[in-house]
Amino acid sequence: MSIIKTENLTYVYGDGTPFKKTAVDNVSLEIQKGELVGIIGHTGSGKSTLIQHFNALLKPTSGKIFIDGEDVWAEKTKLRDIRFKVGLVFQYPEYQLFEETVYKDIAFGPKNMGLSDDEIKKRIFDISRLVGINSDLLQKSPFELSGGQKRRVAIAGVMAMEPEVLILDEPTAGLDPKGRDRILGIIKEYHKEKGNTVLLVSHSMEDIAKSVSKILVMNESKLFCYDDTVNVFKRSEEITKMGLSVPQITRVFNRLKQAGVSIDEDIYTVDYAKKTLLRILQKGEI
Amino acid sequence: MLFSATSFYSLLLGFAFLIFIVILSQIPVKMIIKGLKPIIPIVIITTALNLFFITGETVLLKFWVITITLESVKFTVFIAVRIICLIAGTSLLTYTTSPITLTDAIERLFNPLKKIKVPVHELAMMMTIALRFIPTLIEETDKIMSAQKARGADLETGGIVQRSKAFIPILIPLFVSAFRRADDLALAMECRCYRGGEGRTRLKQLKTSTIDYIALALTILFLALVIIFNFYF
Amino acid sequence: MKGKNLMDKIIEVKNISFSYKNEDETGINQIEVLKNVSLDIYKGEFIAVLGHNGCGKSTLAKHFNSVLLPDSGEVFVNGINTKDENKLFDIRQSVGMVFQNPDNQIVATIVEEDVAFALENLGVEPAEIRRRVDDALKTVNMFDYKDHAPHRLSGGQKQRVAIAGVIAMRPQCIVLDEPTAMLDPKGRSEVLKTIKYLNKNFNITIILITHYMEEAAQADRVVVMEKGQIILNDAPEKVFSQVDKLKSIGLDVPQVTELCYGLNQLGYNISTEIISEDECVNALLSLINNKS
Repeated sequence: MSIIKTENLTYVYGDGTPFKKTAVDNVSLEIQKGELVGIIGHTGSGKSTLIQHFNALLKPTSGKIFIDGEDVWAEKTKLRDIRFKVGLVFQYPEYQLFEETVYKDIAFGPKNMGLSDDEIKKRIFDISRLVGINSDLLQKSPFELSGGQKRRVAIAGVMAMEPEVLILDEPTAGLDPKGRDRILGIIKEYHKEKGNTVLLVSHSMEDIAKSVSKILVMNESKLFCYDDTVNVFKRSEEITKMGLSVPQITRVFNRLKQAGVSIDEDIYTVDYAKKTLLRILQKGEI
Repeated sequence: MLFSATSFYSLLLGFAFLIFIVILSQIPVKMIIKGLKPIIPIVIITTALNLFFITGETVLLKFWVITITLESVKFTVFIAVRIICLIAGTSLLTYTTSPITLTDAIERLFNPLKKIKVPVHELAMMMTIALRFIPTLIEETDKIMSAQKARGADLETGGIVQRSKAFIPILIPLFVSAFRRADDLALAMECRCYRGGEGRTRLKQLKTSTIDYIALALTILFLALVIIFNFYF
Repeated sequence: MKGKNLMDKIIEVKNISFSYKNEDETGINQIEVLKNVSLDIYKGEFIAVLGHNGCGKSTLAKHFNSVLLPDSGEVFVNGINTKDENKLFDIRQSVGMVFQNPDNQIVATIVEEDVAFALENLGVEPAEIRRRVDDALKTVNMFDYKDHAPHRLSGGQKQRVAIAGVIAMRPQCIVLDEPTAMLDPKGRSEVLKTIKYLNKNFNITIILITHYMEEAAQADRVVVMEKGQIILNDAPEKVFSQVDKLKSIGLDVPQVTELCYGLNQLGYNISTEIISEDECVNALLSLINNKS
C-alpha cells in the first residue's frame, strides 16, 4: 500500500513576478509503506520543495498529493493531522531547540498531538534510548549539550511523535565522520524497530548508498528516477553529469569496467567492492 | 519639507518639487506608482476617517449621522496628498541610493558629533550589519517557523495570549541564533583586522561635488518657499 | 614536501597548552583543549588538519593569528611572537582566516564592499583598495558578482567571497576552518579548487581543517589531532595507510584506501598507501592482470 502518492504535482514560486520559477515540475510517484528511501538531487533540484509538500507545509500549484490514501488539500481542517502523520526534520535541526530541558523539548511535538503525560513519558524514554541520550541528560538544558547531542535531541523530538513517515533533510550535514555514522545508524535502527516509512534527503551518495534500499533522484525540478538502489547506480554516468557525485568506489569500478575487467555488478560500497574483487582474483587463481 | 508644509499651497509646491526630482532621477513613473500600491488601503482608510469625523462649519452634505463639511474635504485631500508624497519620496530615495551609501553618508554627516563623544562610526557600522543580516534573519525565521509547525506548533489559532505564547518556540531559537551569528561575525571581523573607526579608509570615498551643492541650494530654496507659502496663503 | 624549502617556516608552534575557563556554580572549571602541541608549518605548504569535533583543531587554528594566546608555550608567525601586541595587525594580515558558516563572516551588503573590509581597516589608499579588491574577486572567479548582495549567492559563492576578503590582504597563509562543511558537493569542489589554485599559483600556505577525507588526500601533509594532541603528522598516503588507527578514533579514510588496505590484509600484493582514484585503478588492474 502506498503511504505517499503524488499526481502531476507542480509547484511554482513567485507566480506573476519576474522571479517565477517552477520548483517541482509534474512529479508523479508512489512510495510504499515501510520503505527506507534516499532522496538526492543538487541544490535547487526541487527536492526540498518536494518534501515540504509531503507534510503540507506547501500547497501544490497544481496536481494532487495523497498521504495514506487521503487527499491532503481536499479539506483544509486536517492539515495538522497530516503534519502528525508525516514528521519532518529540517536541516540543522538543533537550531530549533528552545525548551528549558531536553525532556521538555522532546515533549513539545507529542504534547501538541494531545497525548497523555504518561504516554509522552513512555515515548521520551523509548526514543532517548534509541538516539543514545542518557536519562541524566534529560533534565539538562539543551543548550549545554555538545553539537552531536543537540542534533540527536532535535531528531528525537520528531521521532517521539512516531509519524508514519519520517523525513530527514540532510541529517548529517556538518558532522564529523563519527557523528555522521552515528546518526545514520540511529535512522536505520529507527526504521527497523518501528517499521515506519523513512525518507532520507542527502547530498552524499556515499551516505545514501550505505543506508537505503530505494533512491529517488530529482533533477531540474523533475523526477529523474525512483528505483531500487542497485538500478539507480546502473545510471551512475547520468547522475555524475547532473553534478551529483557518485561514491569514489563507484567511479573506480566504472573505470575498471572501461579498462575491460568483466564486472557485472554496480558497486557502491567498499564491502561490496571487496567481495567482488576477491571473486575475480580467486577465479584467476584456478 | 512635507511636514513643514501646513498650508495647501505650500504642499502643492512640495508636490511640484517631488515631480521635479522624479523627472531628474529618470526613474520610470511606473515603478514609483508600483511602490505606492501597498499604501492605497491606508490612504483610503485615513481618507474615510477624516472625511466623516472632522467637523467644520460649511456643511456640504448631511446624511444620517454622517456630515461632510468643506473643511473635512480640504483636510482629507491634504493628508492624502501628503502621505502619497511621503511614500513616493522615500521610494525615490531607496531607488536611487544604496543602503550602504546611505549609511556612509549618515556617518559623514554626523562626523562632527564625534567631538562630543558620540560613537558615530560604531552606529554606522551597526546599521550596515543590521542591513546585511535582515534578509538572513528573515530567512531563518521562516525556517524555524516551518520546523516548529512540522512539530505541530499552532501559530494561527487562539487568543492573543495563546498566540504570543505560541511564538516562544520561534523567538528563543531566533535569539540564540542571532547571538551565535554575532559571535561568529565578531571573530571574523577581528581576523580581518577590524579595530574601530580609527585610521579607516573607504573603498568608495563620498565626495561633495558642485552638483551636490546645487542640489543642496535647491532644496533649501524650496524649503524656504514652502515656509513662506505657509505664512502668506 | 615536493621540493619546498624546509628552512622557511611561516608558523612555528612550540609546546603550547591551552584551557578554556568555564565558570559556574561549582566554581571555575578548566577544560584542557591543547596539551603541549608543537608544529612547524613551512611556506607554500598545503596542510590538512583532521580530527573529530572537540579534538582541539579549531582552538589550535585560532592560535595561528593570535585570536587566542597559549597558556604556556609560544607561537611564532614569521618569527614574530603572537603575544607581541604591537605586531598584532601584521600577524593577522599575514595569516588570514576563513570560517565554516559563510553567512556569519560577510559584513557588508555588497560583495565588493565586503572584500574591501579588511583593507579599509588597515587604512589602505582607496585607489589601491579598488585594485586589490578587483584582483581578489578575479582570483576567486567572483568578479561578475561584485555588485551583488551576498545573501543572494550560493554557499560556495559566499565562501569564495570570504576567501577573496582574506586574499585582498595579500596574506602569506590562509587558515580555513571547515570551509566546506555547510556546502553542497558543487560548492565544495568550487572552494577546494580555489584553495588549490591559491596554493599553486600564489604560493600561499594553506591550512585546511576538514572532515572530508578526499579533501585531505589532496594536501601535501596531513596532521591528525586527538584529545588536544597531534597523533599523526605525515604525508597523506602514510597517514591514511593507518586505517585501523584512524577508524579507532572515529575518523574515516578515502574509500580507495580502505579497499586497498582490506585486500592487503588478506595477503594480496597491493600497497596500503593508495589515496587517489588513479592510483587505485592502476593498482587493481595490475593485480587482476597478474593473477590471470
